[in-house]
Parts: sequence; structure tokens; C-alpha cells
Amino acid sequence: MNRMFAIIEREMRKFFRSPTLMIMSLMLPILQLIIIGNAFGGKIVGTHVAVVDHDHGPQAVKVREAFAAVAANIKTFSTIDYPNEVQAREDVRTGKIDAAVIIPEQYSRRVYAQNAPQLGLVVDNSDLFTSSTLEGEMQSLVDAMNSPQVQDRLSKSIALEIVELYPYVNYLKYLLPMTVALAMYISVMIGGGMLYIDDKARGVHEGYLVTPITKLELVFGLNIAGAIKATLSGISIGVIGSLIAGLGIVFHPVIMLQMLCLIIAGSIAFNGMMFLLMVRVDDPLVPRAMFGVLNVLLLYPSGAMYPTASFPKWMQAMSIVDPFTYAIHGFKAILLKDGGWIAIRGDLAFLTIFGIATLLIATPLFKRTL
Amino acid sequence: MSAAINQNPANSNGAARPVAIAVENICKRYGDFEAVKSVNFSVAEGEIFGLLGPNGAGKSTLIRMMTTLIPVTSGKAIVAGHNVADDPDDVRRVIGVIPQALTSDQDLTLEENLSIYAKLYGVPRGEREKNINDVLEAVDLTKWRDAQTKTLSGGMRRRLEIARGLVHNPKIFFLDEPTTGLDPVSRIAVWEMLNKLKNTRNLTMLLTTHYMEEADKLCDRIAIVDHGTLVALGTPVELKNSVAGANVVEVHFDRETEKWEERLKKLEGVTSVQPESAGFYRVLTTSGSKTTMQIVELAASLGETLTSLSVQNTTLDDVFIHYTGRQLRDEQVKPVFTMPPRPGAQP
Repeated sequence: MNRMFAIIEREMRKFFRSPTLMIMSLMLPILQLIIIGNAFGGKIVGTHVAVVDHDHGPQAVKVREAFAAVAANIKTFSTIDYPNEVQAREDVRTGKIDAAVIIPEQYSRRVYAQNAPQLGLVVDNSDLFTSSTLEGEMQSLVDAMNSPQVQDRLSKSIALEIVELYPYVNYLKYLLPMTVALAMYISVMIGGGMLYIDDKARGVHEGYLVTPITKLELVFGLNIAGAIKATLSGISIGVIGSLIAGLGIVFHPVIMLQMLCLIIAGSIAFNGMMFLLMVRVDDPLVPRAMFGVLNVLLLYPSGAMYPTASFPKWMQAMSIVDPFTYAIHGFKAILLKDGGWIAIRGDLAFLTIFGIATLLIATPLFKRTL
Repeated sequence: MSAAINQNPANSNGAARPVAIAVENICKRYGDFEAVKSVNFSVAEGEIFGLLGPNGAGKSTLIRMMTTLIPVTSGKAIVAGHNVADDPDDVRRVIGVIPQALTSDQDLTLEENLSIYAKLYGVPRGEREKNINDVLEAVDLTKWRDAQTKTLSGGMRRRLEIARGLVHNPKIFFLDEPTTGLDPVSRIAVWEMLNKLKNTRNLTMLLTTHYMEEADKLCDRIAIVDHGTLVALGTPVELKNSVAGANVVEVHFDRETEKWEERLKKLEGVTSVQPESAGFYRVLTTSGSKTTMQIVELAASLGETLTSLSVQNTTLDDVFIHYTGRQLRDEQVKPVFTMPPRPGAQP
């Protein structure tokens, strides 16, 4: 056992003596949280919409008043008058403006006659986010104009009452579970992948192998050290990320305990997986080359950003065996839903079993000789 | 080519000494390639034994088999009475190994590096502190005890590696090219230190080297290894005496002609002539002074000019050339097999 602890001691001393490595392993997930969280989470404002008014009637004025209200309040877009439709379409195409609204001739007359009145909307659908936002905004305006001025005392239409179980989850909060899992993965990738292979290539393992340390002591020493490093990264990012995202729940004692258990289980799973992948690798370039590939293969199918229900079958199959899926599901259940032990017990079980299984497969593959 | 192989180490009285390492018909194959071919030798307790050979000769493979790092294909190696194949853990407990690369952690202090290895070797807690003090004293690094390893010079780091290999008081010490990459001053310091350690700790040492001078100055006996085969074994004096010719005359003629080699061979006492470069020859002779005179007379009679002329005693270089037919210089040796590259290893 002393020999195993010597390996752990050496790994931890190295970890704490390399602040650059520690900072870099924490930096990427934090930056990702801040940049992606803010980039994707914000509402689109300040776009420019051309208005081509061929009608100039009272109903056209009503439309323009609605646009002015949007420009003054939620500021999604402001309008620019265009004399003709062709110029407006061309400017949407070249990106000078983001969309164009066409108010056709006889629009007001058709509204009063209730004779299929139409407004035209030209959007640049190569930009999905902007075009869908403008489409949604315009649809809301049209729906508002369609509703009668005087409402019936009892509504005849079907209403949908939406009950939100949890407080509003902005994108920063939504991304936090992924960020914690990513921090653990990066720690394992650097500590358990790159440094492990670098040590092997530098001859450090050769130094271990000439001592009486047993294969199990060596394997467990390396893996426990790797799991401790990933746990420390997970805890650090859990706390820092929660402060950035404004999730005070993480400081509740029970939540802290649940987070700790899930971080430890996740660290064991990630580390076991990495050890299995690296156990027979000797070339220091391999873990570096694998870094990005593994990141894509593990992170995106996990449902970290998009729900797994939207994936094709083969990606859903990947997500079932992906430890990221369970780590992120567990973190979401704790941080965003306060789901309790029941919500995370499946994730804890999977991650623990996955970690032990990968370690059991990797141990016989580990060579006690060069 | 006959090899001068004296398998039995003896002490100064001629009596056989206890054997620390016995290697019997040991072979190592990688697929079809035979890196070590049926090598036999033994090392007596308290002896410094050198494996001398060019890169790729099989020295490191031999040392790795003896230190349990790679399995033996056939034959056996007995280290401190334990078979490396059957009792590897018993072997590991009694040996200290200094690998070719400098592998101590640069971010850790000297004491931390030594402490971790003391734990890996299972040194009891109560003895660790004393052992660390002793080895730091032995390698003259006591005052650097709390310094980070990265602040040390190359020579000091090599001494730390030596201390690391001694922290559990091994009986047998294996050193794989211990001075490769060191400057001449550091190299001599390491030699002196190894000699001191041998005397004070009664260590048996087996080292590999491709430096002739190192083998000559440090080793009690030397085994010359080439292409995985042991081609000669003996004390440095025995090996030098085994080569016909007591002196080497190095002569450089101003002008090269095809006839120089033939003319030099005909001189009295000359046993062999080795062309080195245009007009430059190494002549092995039983009498350096007589051959020198003859060469001067020969050049004068032919109206040729000598650029340089020197006489030396036979060196291990000459021994190596005699047994392998080539020089032990890296650039002239084309390795038949090299171990997989190891970034961080000294060139």
C-alpha cells in the first residue's frame, strides 16, 4: 500500500507544482461557459428590417406602429423605409439589412374586407438564429393584429396554461453541468492521458518498474491520483461556475454532498476510460491527437447542448454508453432541478460501474515490463 | 576472430570470489531479430563490470533483462542468487538501477524525489531519513536537499539519479550509460564518485558505456559486446595484452599513395595497419620506437614528408578494432537494431 501511496504522492506533488497546467485545465471549461453561455444565451437585438409599403392605408400604418413599438421596447429590430421591393430583396441578400417586410397594394382594403390579407417577409435563412427570431417576432405581431379589439367575456379559443417547474434557466446555467463534466474530462485527458504517456516516454515508468512495486499498486496508484485530480477540477469548476452562473444552490450542504459524490463517480469513470485507452500507447503524440476527437465523440452525443431525443438512432446509441451523458444528466438534476438522490442514483451507479469495469479491463492489459 | 574471454573473476590472491551476477546463454529476440545472442558472463561481488559496445550492440537490452525490465527469451540471469525470470521481485529488492535518461521529477525537490523512491523500494519509515541523508552526503548534494531538481546542472542531476538508485542500500548497482551527455569535468566527477561508492558501500556495479576511457578507468573487467554477441571479456590490461602489438604508431603522410599500407606492413615488428583517412594510418607494432625510426627512414628514402607521427600504448580502442573490425565511434557505427526512441533520453 505504501508504494501505491508513493505513486499518488508523486502525482499530486507534480500536479500542485505545475500551476500552469492546473490553470489551463480549468481555463478552457470556464471560458467555454462564459463565451458560449453569453453567445448563445442572449436575445437578438438591433437588427435592421426594410419596410416596403405599397399600400399606405390605415392598416399599413397600424403595422408600422407595431414595428415602432418593437424598436422602442424590446429592440429586436428597427425599420428602414425602402421605395421598392427589388432593392430590399437585394439588400437582404447582400447583408445590408436582415429582413424586409412587404406591405402589398390593397392590403388595408383586404383587411377590412376580411379577404385573405397578406404581409410579405423576406429573410436571410442562411442565418438560422436571426431569421427564426425575426419570423417569431413577426408572427407574434400578426397574431396580435388578428385578435379582435374587444375580447369575449368568455374566451372561445383553447388556451394553453404553461406551468414551469423550475425558475428561469438561462443559457449560462444550462451550460454549467457540461462545464463541470468538461473540466473533469480535461483534467483526466491531461493528467491521465498526456502526462501519463509523457512520463512513460521519458522513462519515469522504467524507474517504477525496477522497484518492487506490484502491477496492482502501480495501476491503482496512477488511477487514484488521476481521479483525485479530476475531482479537484470538478469541485473547483463547480464552485467557480456556479458563482459565474448565479447558482447559489451549490452551497447547500446536501447539494454539495450530491455534487461531490457525482464528481467522484464521474472522475473514476473518466479516468478508467482514459486509462483503458492509453494503457498500451507509447507515442506522446497519440493523446494529443485524440484530445479533440474524444471531446467531440463524448461531449456532443451526451445531450450537453442539444437534447438526445433530437439525435438519430446511432447517436442515441452512443449517448447510452457515454459517461458524459450520465455525468451531465446528474449535474443537471442537482444544479437545475434539485432532484435529490433519486434523480441521480442511476447516474451514480452507471458512472461507478463504468469506472470499475474499464479499470478491470485495463489492468490485465497493463504491462509490468517494458 | 577469436575472443579473449576470461569468464571467471578472481580476487588479487587468485581465489574465486562470490558471484553477484551470473548470465548463462541469455538471448533476446524481437520477432526474427536477435538483439542478444547467447551471452555468458559472471560478475563477482564488489566488482565494477563494464559492458562496452556501440549503440545498438545489445548492452541496454542485456541490462534491461538483468533488471527485470524486459523478459528473457532464453537462457537465464541470476542476480544476487535470484533468477530474474522466476523471482523478479526478489531481484528488484536488491538492485539499484540508474537508467540512461534523467527521470527524476524536475518540479520536486531532491529530498522529495528520494523519499518517493525510498517508499517505492519499501524502505521502513524509520530508516528513510537516515538513508536520504547518507546518499545525499555520498553524492555531495546535501546542501541542495530542498532545491527543486530543475535548478540543478546536468552533472548534479546525474548524481541525484545515482543517489536515487542507492536510497534502499542495494547490493548490486546497474548503470546504463551513466555519463552520456555530461561534460568532461562532470564525467570525471561521476567516475570518482562511483569509485568512492564502490569502496565505501561494497557495491557490485554493472555499467554500460560506449566511452573507452570510462571503461578503462572505472571497470575491473570489461565485456565487449557487438551485434548482440560478447566478443571479448577480461580486465582492461588483459584485453590490451590480448591484442598483438604493444604500441600504436599513428602516422600521417603528406601525400597518399596506394603503396603506404603495403610498405608499412613490411616493417619489422608491425602486426597490423589500419588506414584511417587519406595518408593517415594506425600501425600496431611490438616496438614503437623501432617502427617510428623505420617510418622516418622510409619517408626520407622515398622523398616523402611526414605531417605527424606519434607513438601510444595500446588502448581499448585498438582492442575494440581488433575484435570487431571497426571503431567505436557513433558516426561510424550503423546500428543493426535500436530500442524504440525515448524523448527525454540523452542523445
